[in-house]
Order: sequence, then C-alpha cells, then structure tokens
Amino acid sequence: MLVSMSINGQTHSHDVEPRMLLVHYIREMAELHGTHWGCDTSNCGICVVLMDGDPIKSCTTLAAMAEGHEITTVEGLEKNGVLDPIQQGFHEMHALQCGFCTPGMMVTGRALIDQHPNPTQMTDYEIREAISGGLCRCTGYVNIVKAIRWAAAYEAAAATGGN
Amino acid sequence: MASHNGNARFLAGGHSLIPMMKLRLADPGHLIDINPIEAELNYIREEGGEIRIGAMTRHRNMLESDVLAKHFPIFFEAEHVLADPVVRNRGTMGGSLCQADPAEDLSGVVTALKGEAVLRGPGGAERVVGMEEFHIGPYMTAVQPDELLIEVRFKVKPGGGSAHEKVERRAGDFAIVAASAALWIEGGVIKDCGLACSAVGPTTMHIGRAEAAVIGKAPSEELFAQAGAMASQDCSPSADGRGPVDYKRHVAGVLSKRALSRAAASALR
Repeated sequence: MLVSMSINGQTHSHDVEPRMLLVHYIREMAELHGTHWGCDTSNCGICVVLMDGDPIKSCTTLAAMAEGHEITTVEGLEKNGVLDPIQQGFHEMHALQCGFCTPGMMVTGRALIDQHPNPTQMTDYEIREAISGGLCRCTGYVNIVKAIRWAAAYEAAAATGGN
Repeated sequence: MASHNGNARFLAGGHSLIPMMKLRLADPGHLIDINPIEAELNYIREEGGEIRIGAMTRHRNMLESDVLAKHFPIFFEAEHVLADPVVRNRGTMGGSLCQADPAEDLSGVVTALKGEAVLRGPGGAERVVGMEEFHIGPYMTAVQPDELLIEVRFKVKPGGGSAHEKVERRAGDFAIVAASAALWIEGGVIKDCGLACSAVGPTTMHIGRAEAAVIGKAPSEELFAQAGAMASQDCSPSADGRGPVDYKRHVAGVLSKRALSRAAASALR
C-alpha cells in the first residue's frame, strides 16, 4: 500500500506492506536512522517520535496510521546546522553515555517544553513523569532531567534577549 | 466490516491490538483504521444527567478532563498510573475496554462506576450493555465482529465519590492488584456502591457481595474493612511472577478497603 507522510518537513511516499511499523518506515524507507528500534513492546521508549507534536511509540504504530500526519524525528531537531536547545542541553549536562535512548528522550523532552505552560517552572516530578515512558540503562536519569531543564532555561533566556 | 465476514478488526490507538498481533495472539485478515474519524468519537460530554465518553477518547484526554475530575476523580487516579504518558497519547477508552485484559485499570473503573457500553452494529443499530455482560472472559467481550464500541455512559447521581488503588512492580506496569471503588452517599447513608478488582481473576472482578453489604449503611472504617475482606474472599487470583495467591488476596482486601475509604471521603467533601 502507498503510505505518505511528512517527516521533518519533507514529504515521503513509499509503497510498503500494510503491516510495516512506523519505526521501520522511518528507518528503512525514509532512511533516517536516528530513531532507534528497541524492545518492540512499547516499554522502552527508544522509538519515540513526535506525531503532530505529541510523543508516540513508533514501534506500536503502523506506518499506515501516520498517513497524512507530521512526524518529527531526532534529525528534525537541528535547524540550519544549529543544535536544538534540547540537544545542546544533553551535550552541556552530559545526559547520554551509549546514546541508544537519546533520540526518544530528546523528542520527548522537546514536546514537554513545547506543551508546558511555564517550562522554566517545571518540577523534577513533571520531567520524570514525562520521560517515564523511556528507559535509560546507563547514565541514569539525573542528567537527562538536568538537560531538559537546561534547555527550558536556555530558551526562556533567549526569548527575553538574555544569554 | 461486513464485507470481511468477521475477519477484520477495528484499529484505534493500536496499543493493545498491535502488541497482540506481534504475539500472534490476534491474526486479523484486515484492519480498519478508525483514527480518521477520531473527531467524531473523541469526546467527554456532560448531558442529560450523564457523562458520555467517546470510544476514541485517548487516555491523556481522560487524565486532563476537568469534567471527569469534577464528577469522577477515579479517572484521574487510574489514568495517572496507567502505562506511561507516551502510551497515554495514543491508547483509547474503547481499546482498553475491548482488549478486556483482566489486569487493566480502566475496565475496573468503568465497572465500579456502573458504566454502560454503547455498541453500534450494521445499519446503525445500537445496543447498550452493562459491564457484567460486556466482559465475558479473559480478552473476550460481548462486542460482535460486526459491532463497534462507540461510547461509554455513566449516570451522574448525587453524593458521588470514587477512588482507584493500585500496587504494581514498577511505575506504569500492569497491576499486581488494583481496586476501583465508587460510592454515592446521601444523608450519611450509602445509597449505592461499585467495587471492582483488577488482575485477580479471569476478568475484571466485580465484587457484588461487598457492594450489597455496604448499601444502606453509614460509611465507616469497620464497614469498609468487612467489604475488603469480602473482596479478598471473592476474587479469584492465580499465582504468577507477580505473586502467590494468598498475597494477591491479601492485597485485594487492603486495596478495596482503602479505595472505599477514599471514595467515601471524596463523596463527603
């Protein structure tokens, strides 16, 4: 079946098996390998991408269900060679070690900041709750929480002309 | 759906059906994706003394609903411990009920609140079934192959309160045991009660004997302890990696008592 969607602002259209999962469409059809494929049981959150701005698990979504929707993967965060603040935050706070969970954590953090009414006032609980759909098996979560908070503060400072 | 002679399934959030297909426990020849009609089936409405929740209402919508928080706080409590926020962005009310996993939280909530499922069949014919009829076995419901669950309805009665209690191995996991309780208290007397336990039987366990035992009485810790003891006796757990039978019976009793106590507190607030 022909499945079309926008990934990081680019239209993709491929003839795929109806059973193809979104994560495989992204990796094999669109050839964007930043999104990882982990547990395949919607537990680990490695495969999280944004669909119309909301984080979803792409291993538990058929490619056909994304037909006509806007998908954002980790590759879509960087703009014109400049890292998104969430990526910069992971760098500043050393929020990754092996990097396997990082794409899912980054887009989840991006959505949290975008949807929170007051990102600089996010509690640790809110951040931990938001990323609770993802598992990190090496750095622990402390630095990931710090990275998301760093990005929120950076954006607020940039918006008020500071920094 | 009719043209596929029962060899098709409706696909909503996909967070039960797709895992079941991966496990080869579900093997539909065709999937009919109903996400394109989400606008028609994703709603939480208060009308005519009822709360009506559309079958494609996502878990996140129920978690964030002011209408549900006001009338049935149990929804917030259960949704908050149901899977994780990313899963809750996709999974739906209809999907949870139709998966009929005996360990799932929302089926207990709907049972305690005495919700009714509206099933629509060929030609738009509708029938309404209570949860007792809806759950016919593990992963089995009264929904026929050519029917679609479209809505769940709850009566809003005076003096209502509700609460959900859950013990799980880790955040977001299926319950070891969960208890859902609803009480309607007027003039210091319990007028109606709903109590259900999850993960302790072949279906969501409706604890009818405990409900009957508290109706007509004044709420008290002693009364709820008796009701909890009945839940402990009347549930039907099996031993597995989440614990042995006697442990699960014990937890069912404790959680039922706690859920009833907190439901009473929220009713009297």
